Amino acid sequence: MDSATSETRTPLGASADNGLKIVVVGGFGAGKTTMVRSVSEIRPLNTEETMTQAGEAVDDLSGVRGKTATTVAFDFGRITLDAHNVLYLFGAPGQERFWFLWDRLFSGTLGAVVLVDTRRIDDSWYAIDRLEKHGTPFIVACNDFGGPTFTPQQIREALDLDPHVPLVNCDARSRESSKIVLITLVEHIQALYADPARAPRQELV
Amino acid sequence: MSRPGRDDSPDRLYTLTGGRSRSGPDNPFDLVTLVVAECDPVPGMQSEHAAILRLTERPTAVVEIAAELKLPVSITRILLSDLQAAGRVSARHPRKAAVPDPDILEQVLVGLRNL
Repeated sequence: MDSATSETRTPLGASADNGLKIVVVGGFGAGKTTMVRSVSEIRPLNTEETMTQAGEAVDDLSGVRGKTATTVAFDFGRITLDAHNVLYLFGAPGQERFWFLWDRLFSGTLGAVVLVDTRRIDDSWYAIDRLEKHGTPFIVACNDFGGPTFTPQQIREALDLDPHVPLVNCDARSRESSKIVLITLVEHIQALYADPARAPRQELV
Repeated sequence: MSRPGRDDSPDRLYTLTGGRSRSGPDNPFDLVTLVVAECDPVPGMQSEHAAILRLTERPTAVVEIAAELKLPVSITRILLSDLQAAGRVSARHPRKAAVPDPDILEQVLVGLRNL
């Protein structure tokens, strides 16, 4: 199984030594995979993690049959930033069961993009609530599906969004637009940590 | 493309890890830990171990290894800690800190703007 896949892989440079994470969270069909694909240097890959009902990732497989195991799949892509830093971009479903695995998978993440389909704004409310509780810096990006347009104020009110959280419009199919979303997020993270009074405190696991 | 592991029974995964199935919270392998092979595969080696050594001739993230092997992340982490304990791979862990290093954030911005 390895020879067929490894021939098509794009390897990292030998000096790469620091992996970084940004998570794109969004409801079904919000365009997470599209955004990852737009900026990734590799074809987006898919993998999964399994957890038991108790919310633990599977450590003791001998006990799995007696418990309810849930599998959460997620996509990811990769951006080589320089000779040392490699950014991994994860597309994560916003549904409730996924958050049991957040710490396990995404502890130490730089931040998150909440990708919103403005035709289904309510899908994003839960993700925003969880990110706030986790202390994960995030921005909100509205993916343009050509539906009815809302004013930024209408969207902020619908999401009950903190005025400090950046809100941008984007086209997830566009590399340039997706790139601007990521830059907006990292600039927001810089600003947050430059102001000790507002700096979030992420718990390290 | 079929999703990894979807049809794997726990029994098969249990066999893959040689019965030692506990990765535990002290397993140091993060999703984005970059793994580098320290040796070539040898005959008789478990096929998953050999596949990992081939994949990691150049630095490769844990999550990429899991995707290529079509194994759940937690199983991949167990295999990797076995290989590391045997000195067959080395790990470049992400620089985790309670507050991101401002220099790293600047490097991320420069890298993104250059895309």
